[in-house]
Amino acid sequence: MATTEITPGKAYGFFTDTSVCIGCKACEVACKEWNQLPEDEDEIGFLGKSLDNTGELNGSNWRHVQFIDNVPDETLSEGDGSAFLLMSDVCKHCKHASCLEVCPTGAIIRTEFDTVYIQEETCNGCRNCIAACPYDVIDINPGKNVAQKCTLCYDRLQGGLQPACAKVCPTESIQFGPLDELRAKAKKREADLHAQGLKQANLYGHDDKVYGGLNAFFLLMDKPEAYKLPNAASAVLPSRNNIGGYLGGAVTAVLGLLGTVIALRERRRHGGEPSEPAEDAQA
Amino acid sequence: MTAFADVQHFAGDPEWTWYILFYFFLAGLAGGAYFLATLLRHWGTPADEPLARLGMYVAFPATLICPLLLTIDLTKPLRFWHMLVNTTPGGFGLNFKIWSPMSVGVWALLVVSLFTIVSFLDALARDGKLRAPLAGVVAVGGTKAWNVVGSVFWLFIASYTGVLLAVSNQPVWSDTWALGGLFLASGLSGAAALLLLLSRYRRGAEASHPVLEVAERLFTALEVLLLAVFVITLIPDGTLDDAFGMPWLLLWLVALAGLLPGLRGLAVGRLSVTGGGAVAAARVSASAMAPALVLLGVLALRAAVIFSVQG
Repeated sequence: MATTEITPGKAYGFFTDTSVCIGCKACEVACKEWNQLPEDEDEIGFLGKSLDNTGELNGSNWRHVQFIDNVPDETLSEGDGSAFLLMSDVCKHCKHASCLEVCPTGAIIRTEFDTVYIQEETCNGCRNCIAACPYDVIDINPGKNVAQKCTLCYDRLQGGLQPACAKVCPTESIQFGPLDELRAKAKKREADLHAQGLKQANLYGHDDKVYGGLNAFFLLMDKPEAYKLPNAASAVLPSRNNIGGYLGGAVTAVLGLLGTVIALRERRRHGGEPSEPAEDAQA
Repeated sequence: MTAFADVQHFAGDPEWTWYILFYFFLAGLAGGAYFLATLLRHWGTPADEPLARLGMYVAFPATLICPLLLTIDLTKPLRFWHMLVNTTPGGFGLNFKIWSPMSVGVWALLVVSLFTIVSFLDALARDGKLRAPLAGVVAVGGTKAWNVVGSVFWLFIASYTGVLLAVSNQPVWSDTWALGGLFLASGLSGAAALLLLLSRYRRGAEASHPVLEVAERLFTALEVLLLAVFVITLIPDGTLDDAFGMPWLLLWLVALAGLLPGLRGLAVGRLSVTGGGAVAAARVSASAMAPALVLLGVLALRAAVIFSVQG
């Protein structure tokens, strides 16, 4: 891969082409090594889920290669094209980021590289971002006890280095670069695959239909939901419920007030209103 | 939301469990108690003053316990103040994000604590437990303006807990706008029940029983209405099973049982305590069972909402 000049103020991201991912997990290893992420308590184990023993993205796994086993146990016919769906999953660094929207401490910021970053010294572990992230990316890092996720190797970018995962990916499934360049590459790749008859190839997050555009976007070989990615209709921000929620509360408060006023009036109407305060109630 | 097509939820579980459950429970009860105390004091009769003071006493512990529960729920409790102060390098200042209910709620809790502590001290002074000059200083805590503003903040606290859940991408929580209202209605009925329960230990407070009993029935009716809205709003997004599947259905049954005293009261007595018209405080049922059941239902409702999504 050609060296990328990294300039603050410019938007960078990942283009992950799942059609060439071979599931080697080099990205997971590189991410863990560079970011000094602890192993999960249950990491050394057998999940019994396909070839995946990482399981999920969380506070100590910022890259996760999904092995989606949609191959029939017995091949229907030779060369029918069925294969595992493989995808190296990561934080999407959404333009309209749900986590950033709800974070009450200001720990989640957008960096000078247009990426979404959690400041570990500021986060107090309220976990509001975990409830909000639609991709199940963020979790509490068991070593640091704060919410963590992929930083898009913020420290490496500041030093002019590309992220570790992209650097080690042997098939260039993970490509790093300026967002506009990556989008152009992705469009061309999608067109090439369509021309080869792979009509199922589709881009996810390259445009503004999903959270205003994802800085880490994907070329998928199935529908987004097969990879646990919400489709465009389901990709909605938490703040959509602010107005409705508060309005519901306000209407209930008014009705509650009305209920109490009715209760007071009914007591008066039925002649049950005491007029004298008890002796110990004198103000 | 999409119309009658299952919404796809892949969000992770925030592990908001017991501390948050009891925060929601106490916030609802304290909010309702302060609100009822305010209305009884300023729009009731002088005979309602004992119960008004009781309401202020009930609200006070929440100002200590609620922040404590929220703090120990953090994975970095010593950084609780980061909710209020921005510690981002170069960005020092106060944190207030109007679109983040957690941020707004923390500030509201801070403000309401001030109102409640002063009202609590004023209640103590009225009961002769505080002397001048402090009694004079805290007298503002019993004024109409102070209590009304305090009530508005408490109603917000009792309600925003539901909005906090809704402003997420969790199944059930984010599929409805009814949680804020539902938690408030439930908090109000729970507060009426709690005051009824505690009033037996406060001389003169029985004079307010008729108001509390009728109010509790009306709050229950409001809660039933909002429960129906809650269910209806989950249907288009296909998350009814998440909310009402086993074992959470058992919690919902307890929550529904908590509605029975209020519904029974509505059916039998409608808006009159005696059913015959005249209200006599002495004839008010002294049973603790009904208020206790209501309170259990208030807790179960919140537990069902919180745990069913994170189970």
